[in-house]
Amino acid sequence: MIKTLEYLSLLIIPLFILFTVLYGSFKKVRVYDSFVAGAKEGPAIILKIFPYLLTIFVAIKGFQASGAFDALRDAFYSLFGFLEIPIEAVSMAIIKPLSGSASTALFTDIVQTAGPDSLATHMSAVIMGSAETTFYVLAVYLGAVGIRKTRYLVPVCLVADFIGIVIAIIVTRWFF
Amino acid sequence: MNVLWLVMICVSIVFAIVTGHLEAFTKSIFDGAKAAVEVSLYLLGIVSVWMGITRILEDSGLIYRIAHLFKPIICRLFLNIPGDHPSITAITLNVLANLFGLGNAATPLGIQAMQDLDSLNEEQGTITPEMMTFIVINTASIQLIPFSVIGILAGYGSSNPAAVVLPVLIATAISTLTALLVLAAFRRVFR
Repeated sequence: MIKTLEYLSLLIIPLFILFTVLYGSFKKVRVYDSFVAGAKEGPAIILKIFPYLLTIFVAIKGFQASGAFDALRDAFYSLFGFLEIPIEAVSMAIIKPLSGSASTALFTDIVQTAGPDSLATHMSAVIMGSAETTFYVLAVYLGAVGIRKTRYLVPVCLVADFIGIVIAIIVTRWFF
Repeated sequence: MNVLWLVMICVSIVFAIVTGHLEAFTKSIFDGAKAAVEVSLYLLGIVSVWMGITRILEDSGLIYRIAHLFKPIICRLFLNIPGDHPSITAITLNVLANLFGLGNAATPLGIQAMQDLDSLNEEQGTITPEMMTFIVINTASIQLIPFSVIGILAGYGSSNPAAVVLPVLIATAISTLTALLVLAAFRRVFR
């Protein structure tokens, strides 16, 4: 079942590209020239995003390396200790919004140390699957159009992230 | 973003001094810079590819057809998008890419959607309600099947890697809905 779905999702992009170029040709578009003209816009966009990405990445890496991340995790852990959430899941809950590659590395580590069928693994898996790398998305999407006034967007995202993680924990408890 | 960044930097430096992680902290700044370069280079490739594909969609008029097709759904969430605007196509494709876990396509299409939404922006540099809705949907992450998570679980001999599929689906659906509700609540307060 999962294998079939995985195959289908692998099929989507190639089929979409095939359909696009065939439809384009059918409409007498010179697809090669169109593609080149579009691709030409790529570098300008990345140039716009790069400084935002750099700024946020420096802050995230520094936050992890300084020990502030560990302190935040321990604080959350003792604060919500009465809920008996595995500390691995608390780590995952904090790291997922910050960094995609770090959360993948952490998840692999949790699976190895806590075992693939443990509660810590299941909870981390649900958090990892249902949360998004919020800071990266914010930096890239806001940077792409040079938004400086974000109004109340950042608080909304942080509150929504927190609620999302609570939901992930509740759902895991309910299932496993 | 300003406040958040300031807090993160200051807290980090204070912690680095107190816990004696100064060397690691200094190194991490350059690690962060390096990571930004690597991610940007990666994005440069995939964004350019999707810009190329999108241009074919535009030149052939397919982008307006797709927009027309999905207008009834998208315009329920994004109220101020006129007619068959290209942003509807970019938003639709981004949401679909997210649903199917196609990260390589989701980010470039999201950037495209932001640019299309910005073309409707009357006050450059200030975020519009439509952009907020779009970003909130993206940060809440809607994914049907978390293939990467299942892959790692299967790789380490989980007895049933697919057992997480349903919980993830339920969690992601509820959290996306709550995220939109939180946005709506803030919108009421800060009108």
